[in-house]
Amino acid sequence: MTALLEMRAITKTFPGVKALDKVDLVVREGEIHAICGENGAGKSTLMKVLSGVYPAGSYDGEIVYDGTTAAFRSIRDSEDRGIIIIHQELALVPLLSIAENIYLGNEIATRGVINWADTFRRTEALLRKVGLREAPGALVEKLGVGKQQLVEIAKALSKDVRLLILDEPTAALSESDSQALLDLLLELKAQGVTSIIISHKLNEVRRIADTVTVIRDGASISTIDARAGVLTEDRIVRDMVGRDMAHRYPDRERHAGETVIELRGWNVWHPEQRDRQVIHDLAMTVRAGEVVGIAGLMGSGRTEFAMSLFGRSYGRNISGEVLIHGKLADTSTVPRAIASGLAYVTEDRKSLGLILDETIRRNTTLANLDAVARNGVISEGQETQVAEKYRRALRVRTPSVMQRVGNLSGGNQQKVVLSKWLFAEPEVLILDEPTRGIDVGAKYEIYGIINDLSRAGKAVIMISSEMPELLGMCDRIYVMNEGRFVGELAAEEASQERIMSLIVRE
Amino acid sequence: MTTTTASAPGIGAYLGRHMRDYGLLFALIAIMVFFQIVTDGTLLRPVNITNLFLQNSYIIIMALGMLLVIVSGHIDLSVGSVMGFIGALAAVMIVSWNVPVWLATVACIACGMSIGAAQGYFVAYWKIPSFIVTLAGMLVFRGMSLWLLAGQSVGPFPRSFQQLSTGFIPDLFGLDRPNMTALAAGLAAVLLILWLGLRNRSHNARYGFDDEPMGLFLLRNAIVAAAILFVTWKLASFRGLPNVLISMVVLTVVYVFVTERTTLGRRIYAVGGNAKAAKLSGIRTERLTFLAFVNMGFLAALAGLIFAARLNTATPKAGFGVELDVIAAVFIGGASMAGGSGKVVGAVIGAFIMGVMNNGMSIIGIGIDYQQVIKGLVLLAAVFFDVYNKNKEA
Repeated sequence: MTALLEMRAITKTFPGVKALDKVDLVVREGEIHAICGENGAGKSTLMKVLSGVYPAGSYDGEIVYDGTTAAFRSIRDSEDRGIIIIHQELALVPLLSIAENIYLGNEIATRGVINWADTFRRTEALLRKVGLREAPGALVEKLGVGKQQLVEIAKALSKDVRLLILDEPTAALSESDSQALLDLLLELKAQGVTSIIISHKLNEVRRIADTVTVIRDGASISTIDARAGVLTEDRIVRDMVGRDMAHRYPDRERHAGETVIELRGWNVWHPEQRDRQVIHDLAMTVRAGEVVGIAGLMGSGRTEFAMSLFGRSYGRNISGEVLIHGKLADTSTVPRAIASGLAYVTEDRKSLGLILDETIRRNTTLANLDAVARNGVISEGQETQVAEKYRRALRVRTPSVMQRVGNLSGGNQQKVVLSKWLFAEPEVLILDEPTRGIDVGAKYEIYGIINDLSRAGKAVIMISSEMPELLGMCDRIYVMNEGRFVGELAAEEASQERIMSLIVRE
Repeated sequence: MTTTTASAPGIGAYLGRHMRDYGLLFALIAIMVFFQIVTDGTLLRPVNITNLFLQNSYIIIMALGMLLVIVSGHIDLSVGSVMGFIGALAAVMIVSWNVPVWLATVACIACGMSIGAAQGYFVAYWKIPSFIVTLAGMLVFRGMSLWLLAGQSVGPFPRSFQQLSTGFIPDLFGLDRPNMTALAAGLAAVLLILWLGLRNRSHNARYGFDDEPMGLFLLRNAIVAAAILFVTWKLASFRGLPNVLISMVVLTVVYVFVTERTTLGRRIYAVGGNAKAAKLSGIRTERLTFLAFVNMGFLAALAGLIFAARLNTATPKAGFGVELDVIAAVFIGGASMAGGSGKVVGAVIGAFIMGVMNNGMSIIGIGIDYQQVIKGLVLLAAVFFDVYNKNKEA
């Protein structure tokens, strides 16, 4: 078989971060090629390079597609050559019909007037092909996620797809929907469509993939030919996680004190889909001075859990008990959660953690403004002193606390978020992806801050997609999958393989 | 990111970085100079200055509330109608029902706040876009003014009510002209502004913040001081300080203080800047949005009373289109449609820019048709200037 696609030595740098480092990928005509790797390994970035989201020139390396060198400047360019990408978040318009979605931006029309008869007829044919029994005029909003996924594939087929890229296609699907989707992919393969599938679910990968490429830390680690019979889940897991510690962690001594926070029977339902339970019966304890990790893949419910705990900022019908220092705590609103001693450093610091247009000073005091005010009147002198104190303590690199937060680097922004919560003097800090999008040096500093906190007797809950980070920092790790804790590992017994196995082999 | 205090930057460089702050003041001065010339000096005659304040007081008062609404990320289209409705209510109560003036005033203010509360409730707690809620309010209260007045003008008001708007502070020193009270008040205001400015400078110097160069500070304050002294001198040589001017100044000072120095004001900016982040920082975002609308209702009611008192009658058409002048004033003053930024002083200057243009164009006899076109272009130019500078900064 000849290669349909060859990506050679692809290197993509973002300010301060090398996302891809000389990645090679060879996809043969007519195969299903799986790409595996941890969150943040660079899979999605690679696909964005391929599909022209990052235009030619913004990366180094060469793409050879169908025998010629390709330089896609936009998604449009790559789609014209038959490369269609279906993202994890589906790109459908909920209030339009199936037919309208399939031909959106690609309408069957003469001089701008849509030929509906033709549109519906062709849509019917496409729906038959993907095995979706719905009327072409049905609104996408009314379909489940599985069916929506099929609409996306039908849309891809309408564009004469040659290379179909699916990013975590089964992540949100039920078991039977997933099976149907995988069968469809095999059928498309029989019809000559080449696919790239990004997936965490190794049993699925083993079932349909002809070749597997493993990516880790922005580099291609191995390419395994399934037909040679060497494809095992263990092999993939080892390649996915088997790095030598890419960055070191500051030493920390263990000094767990008495229990600070205890959680019992925590259940959360989805805010819109009333019958969907997102978090199932979680129980956890964290002691003073302890750093406890929550491991799990994206979509496992980690952030939803943290948000639901912090002032019920996510979900509905939340039930369960929170005990702080053995006493029942009221965390039903954010102000009450803060008063109970909780602090939550959000995963998305730009949209949820900071007011980017405001200064460092004003962001620092935001969660505890009353502490620098008297009868509601802010003392600017006191506020400045507080902001200065945390700027120095956390080594925020900036000439002055009057600097706009939006102008700071990711690492410095994160330090401002931490300043804000440290100033609120919490007992329990929930850190959600505290080092995401931060360069290695700043990461090390953030780890140092976390260690200082635990030395000061705070209870720290650390949520992270980066397993080495959890292993390097935590005393204990809860492993989460689909809203449940599927395991709890002490630091000594935890390893990336063990965590991965708990997750992927449900 | 490279601002250091060690190497004192030149005045030019500082101006370049803070063009958005100074541009407004310069624009107001330029417009005033322009109209002073083309009206052959009529603009700054004592009578006309007094009129400028009387004519624009209600816009300025409502701009204070509108600024908070816009900073919190919303808009209020109903203020013109509410203002008209409250004027009508006052007229009906005082003229038709013979309710004592003080009682009617209190009732009208309470009514305005309830209107604000009702609208704020839907915006804050039901998350209905403020554009829609207040558009509905605009129609409702326009209709209710018509109904209340039965389509006719009601007036005149008793003298005590008129004093609200057209009264003047009596001269405490008992001399005739110039009015010494006015001069003393002007001088006091200048000294206060200087003292606050210097205090702020010393704070900035202590923490090594980037501050305006001393020369610029002196120049800016000299202009402001000269303007205040000039205006009070002119007012003193006419009938002294209008009551309305005092309410306006007091309200402006209060709102500057609230927005810049209190936790309440700070939190409103936080809500407008990033509502989600504010909420996750423990700020009660809904309550603040609600309060911003209650406050708007309060100021719209006050404006309605002042407006009715000045015209000495309530007409069914009072307040038509005023909301647009108020909103324009706030945006000319540098507030952002997205919320989170804008200053009280900016909104007041924005209202003055509109007011001086209205007044000046009327004096030289430009038709109402051209006036609208010119005002529209000035609004666009002001916001364009803002966006342009912001892009340059980023």
